[in-house]
Amino acid sequence: MVINLSEKPKVLVLLAAGINRDRDAEDAFRLAGSEPERVHINDIADGRKKLKDYQILMLPGGFSFGDDIASGKVLANKLKYKLKDDLMQFIADGKLVLGVCNGFQVMVKLGILPGFDGNYMKQDVTLTHNDSGKFEDRWVYLKVNPDSKCIFTRGVEKLIYMPICHGEGKFIPRDDGVLKRLQDSNQVVVQYVDENGKFGIYPINPNGSVDHIAGICDESGRVFGMMPHPENYILRTQHPRWTREDLPDKGDGLVLFKNAVSYIKESF
Amino acid sequence: MWRVEVALKTGITDAYGNSVRKQIIEDLRVNVDSVQVIDVYTVNANLTHEQIGVVARDLLTDPITQEYKINEGFDRPFTVAIEVGFKPGVTDNVGATTVEGIEDLLGTKFSDAESVHTSKLYLLAGKVSQDEAEKICTGLLANPLIERYQIWKVGENIQVTAKKIVFQAQAKDFKPAVAEVDLDVSEDELMEISRKGVLSLNLEEMRLIRDYFKDALVLAEREKVGLGTKPTDVELEMLAQTWSEHCKHKIFNAQITYTEDGQTQEIDSLFKTYIRKATEEIGKHKDWLVSVFVDNAGVVEFDDAHNMVFKVETHNHPSALDPYGGAVTGIVGVNRDPMGTGLGADLIFNTDVFCFGPPDFDYDKLPASVLHPKRIFRGVRKGVQDGGNKIGIPTVNGAILFDEAYVYNPLVYCGTGGLMKKEIAGKPSHIKTVNSGDLIVMVGGRIGKDGIHGATFSSVALDEETSSAAVQIGAPIVQRKMQDALKEAREAGLYNAITDDGAGGLSSSVGEMSEFSGGCEVDLEKAPTKYPGLQPWELWVSESQERMTVAVPPQKIDEFLDLCRRRDVEATVVGTFTDSGKVHVKYDGKTVLYLNSQFVHKGLPGLKLIANWRPILEPEPSLKSDLAETLERILASFNVCSKEWVIRQYDHEVQGASVVKPLVGVKNDGPSDAAIIRPLVDSNRGIAVSNGINPKYGEIDTYWMAASAIDEAVRNIVAVGGDPDRIAILDNFCWGNPIYSEANPDGDHKLAQLVRAAKGCYDAAVGLGTPFISGKDSFHNEYRLENKTIAIPPTLLISAFAIIPDVERAVTMDAKSAGDIVYALGQTFDELGGSHYYMIGGVKGNRVPEVNVETALKLYRALYKAIQDGLVASCHDCSEGGIAVAAAETAFAGGLGIRFEIGKMPAVGEMDDAKILFSESNSRFVVTVNPQKVQAFEAALAGCAFARVGEVTADSKFVAIGKDGKPAIDIDIDKLKEAWQRPLRW
Repeated sequence: MVINLSEKPKVLVLLAAGINRDRDAEDAFRLAGSEPERVHINDIADGRKKLKDYQILMLPGGFSFGDDIASGKVLANKLKYKLKDDLMQFIADGKLVLGVCNGFQVMVKLGILPGFDGNYMKQDVTLTHNDSGKFEDRWVYLKVNPDSKCIFTRGVEKLIYMPICHGEGKFIPRDDGVLKRLQDSNQVVVQYVDENGKFGIYPINPNGSVDHIAGICDESGRVFGMMPHPENYILRTQHPRWTREDLPDKGDGLVLFKNAVSYIKESF
Repeated sequence: MWRVEVALKTGITDAYGNSVRKQIIEDLRVNVDSVQVIDVYTVNANLTHEQIGVVARDLLTDPITQEYKINEGFDRPFTVAIEVGFKPGVTDNVGATTVEGIEDLLGTKFSDAESVHTSKLYLLAGKVSQDEAEKICTGLLANPLIERYQIWKVGENIQVTAKKIVFQAQAKDFKPAVAEVDLDVSEDELMEISRKGVLSLNLEEMRLIRDYFKDALVLAEREKVGLGTKPTDVELEMLAQTWSEHCKHKIFNAQITYTEDGQTQEIDSLFKTYIRKATEEIGKHKDWLVSVFVDNAGVVEFDDAHNMVFKVETHNHPSALDPYGGAVTGIVGVNRDPMGTGLGADLIFNTDVFCFGPPDFDYDKLPASVLHPKRIFRGVRKGVQDGGNKIGIPTVNGAILFDEAYVYNPLVYCGTGGLMKKEIAGKPSHIKTVNSGDLIVMVGGRIGKDGIHGATFSSVALDEETSSAAVQIGAPIVQRKMQDALKEAREAGLYNAITDDGAGGLSSSVGEMSEFSGGCEVDLEKAPTKYPGLQPWELWVSESQERMTVAVPPQKIDEFLDLCRRRDVEATVVGTFTDSGKVHVKYDGKTVLYLNSQFVHKGLPGLKLIANWRPILEPEPSLKSDLAETLERILASFNVCSKEWVIRQYDHEVQGASVVKPLVGVKNDGPSDAAIIRPLVDSNRGIAVSNGINPKYGEIDTYWMAASAIDEAVRNIVAVGGDPDRIAILDNFCWGNPIYSEANPDGDHKLAQLVRAAKGCYDAAVGLGTPFISGKDSFHNEYRLENKTIAIPPTLLISAFAIIPDVERAVTMDAKSAGDIVYALGQTFDELGGSHYYMIGGVKGNRVPEVNVETALKLYRALYKAIQDGLVASCHDCSEGGIAVAAAETAFAGGLGIRFEIGKMPAVGEMDDAKILFSESNSRFVVTVNPQKVQAFEAALAGCAFARVGEVTADSKFVAIGKDGKPAIDIDIDKLKEAWQRPLRW
């Protein structure tokens, strides 16, 4: 598919019951130079909107279906039973999928992450209750894996800083084999570290994630999910210490959205 | 029926089990070695073994961390097992979601008789006696009002003996019935009818209703619609609801004979005389008030294209009984106020203020019928977390106060702010119109029995026998779905008016909206219910949550209903707005209520009350103490100490608007004075949000308590850079019963305290130019224990929000750089009555902080200008604990030391070091300024009381030099910070 270069890439920000960071994601994608649209899952299921008309799919944060049973589980099943074919085609077309927080939880429970061997419907990892037993809103530093194929973090060398806001963000792989494969294939994209880039225990690793993992991508690097919220650090004044530190105008999170937009412009 | 148990695989951390264990040990002082939690799903549906297997595997279990068993248990050791689930009829949100998940998975639909019930099975290991197991149930895991529990000992077979869930009675032979109530009885019997029915109507009101049903014209009209001469239960319930204190604010509108110092004054309504009057006076000079006191929330201008909206509610009684459910319901309930203001606002922030008993309150002193303050605190906090976080509204500001006076009656204030475009589809958004012929549509949740009599219940004191009918649990996701759908409907112009179904349910919402058109006709049987068996009067007044009522023009109804259907939101046409002058309600075509609109809404007679001011003043003490130790103790007091444990569990980032967060400073853990949000990503204009509350001052004089609360809210706004000339405020009065009777002998004094508070509100609001735009009152915060009545101290919360024209100008309270100059702004007086200094010394005193509105406003304007000009590095408000606490917090939040001289503080009169340090005089700040900006800063403050008192140091020492030139305090900031953080680090 070819899009007119003068057109802005189109982003579908998926809405469902309990999704609540849709506007935040919309703001970030708009600021990054794309054209986001918030679309309800039912409007895709009944054909009013078509996934194929967009180049980026954003699964935003929130509490889809209240996180009842387990976070992201019910929405993952809905995607599986209502939109599986559209979703597989979207990924096969070389387009981008980003999931943040609840969106990431949905992606791992659906299985599109880590998506080993192109099997996007097998759950190999999970996100579960923080070791602290608490929901927490706290800012964290992330180290980006320079060898990862992840499109969203291309060129990001320094540590990035942004908030987590979750109760179920502890990353657990099925077993050591899965962990090793994630590491070896550089699908581990971002990890929790301290301000000097060192790993640590709580609160540096805020939820007890195995191998400090905050976000992973699929083998292609085009499907990416993370627990922290890049969309909540796009402006300088969102930083918790902007009144006392010299900071650039735009927040660390914006680059992830800009990378996605540039990639679509290059590739389509 | 299937029972599916889901457990964590061995080796996976049971975070929830661990936190339960911690609470059992710390709160109940019972030693347990470990706690494992198993999720239990009782699936009451016609599924095959294969189907339930698919459900258990693909829906209920996480394949990485969990495993499941169907109709059998895990072979895991325990000494005591406890299962806790909801009682039938109580909202089970997870159960409802599971039904939806199963339907998706199997492609089937549950019938009305099928359901899923969730429970939790706790496996406890360690030496736990039967008594202790019982204590763990009632003291922590289960609330018997809404939950059932079962206990097993080691060796017992849980699966075999687990009590089958009793399902909601399948009221097959249910017959809707309408009772007629004979009011032609003695006055004693009239009152008995009111009391028995929880109508909370007084004798005069009962008489008036009786007389209405003797009016010949009324009777003739009733005959035409098939009604007799006696009121129906539906009618009586509607009048009780509409005329309730909750809905009509009878006390605030009463005629009061007030006596103080032998002088008597007649006051025709505290609301009109002081609250609304203040706004009217101020409004003569302000052009930004849009809609005040008339709608569900107050509305003021934000910018050229938007208005902003704010409402704060109380949800005290339900939170005392079920802290979690009460708080969820409180927060989702107040959300619906801005949603139901004008054509509806978008929700942009939440605030919460709680008053609890001390968390270390002696368990042995607690009556069995009262929940421990710590449990109430935990439950309420969790409720606000689920209500706020799940709906996706940032919780940006709040306060938590502790006092033994709140052990029996905790206070839970929940507030929500909104933003709305000034015009929607070419019409002013703050104006509702309801045309005759518009359809009445109920949107959102269904009606159940779980919310009957909330409006009238709030006028009753709690006692040991209080029933659970008024307790309900909110369903945040149901509301969020409704909120999203209604927003789409609003943007498409599909409705004319909207209001929330809060207290009083349909009776209230339809009743209020029908005032615009002049009447209504309702077919009650159309209203969807959670289960069969609701009588017409229950349908009419039930307060089941997550509902809104909208007026939809007939030509738009199809589009409206289609939109709701596509968003999985239930919407039902239940009637039509008319101009008949009648509230007309039918059930299955038969009239069950027929009342003159005028009588319902304007027929209520005013109360006549007496108020006598009888202040009891304690002597002013003289204390001597070690100042450093005193400072540590005040920092470690529950009121002053860090609330980080709570704040972090609320999402204050969602919506991405956060500019000044609740926690600020070098380690993101200092106490911010007020929040600032930037609601529109492409505009630098912001909203500052704060609150002021101090019931300690009210114990001495409620006049100065009120003035102080307003001043505190205002100076918090000013401290972060908000414009003092653009502040709007809300009042929330929580009181005991202020109506004198033999059973309530100091009712007249409580009312006098209310009068003085209202006067303080008027004087401070007018003096500072801060109009009230909305408010709420909650009386009867009393608990009857045996023969004693325990009332809360008069408590007034002032909530404020304001404009900051450019958020880039905002300042935070943390010291920024060593070498910065420290200033004290505002005069310190010998005002330690009700102070924390006295409190930790075990005394109250009587010189309560006063407010000089002229000097305060002058200072606020000057400081605002200085902040606007970028002259201020940090600014912190002085409140509980005075200058000493403010300066210490400034220092440790910035990770820097401060050295200052007590003798240089601007102070009036002879005061020793302690008094200057800990006086709680109003209208003061601790400010730090870059040395290069000192001249400009001092010029900006010219004419105000201020002094250069010291400087920020790099050595992390907090040093206060006494009047004698020697260090009165010299202590490491880390030590102070630890004292401040430790108490609530749970």
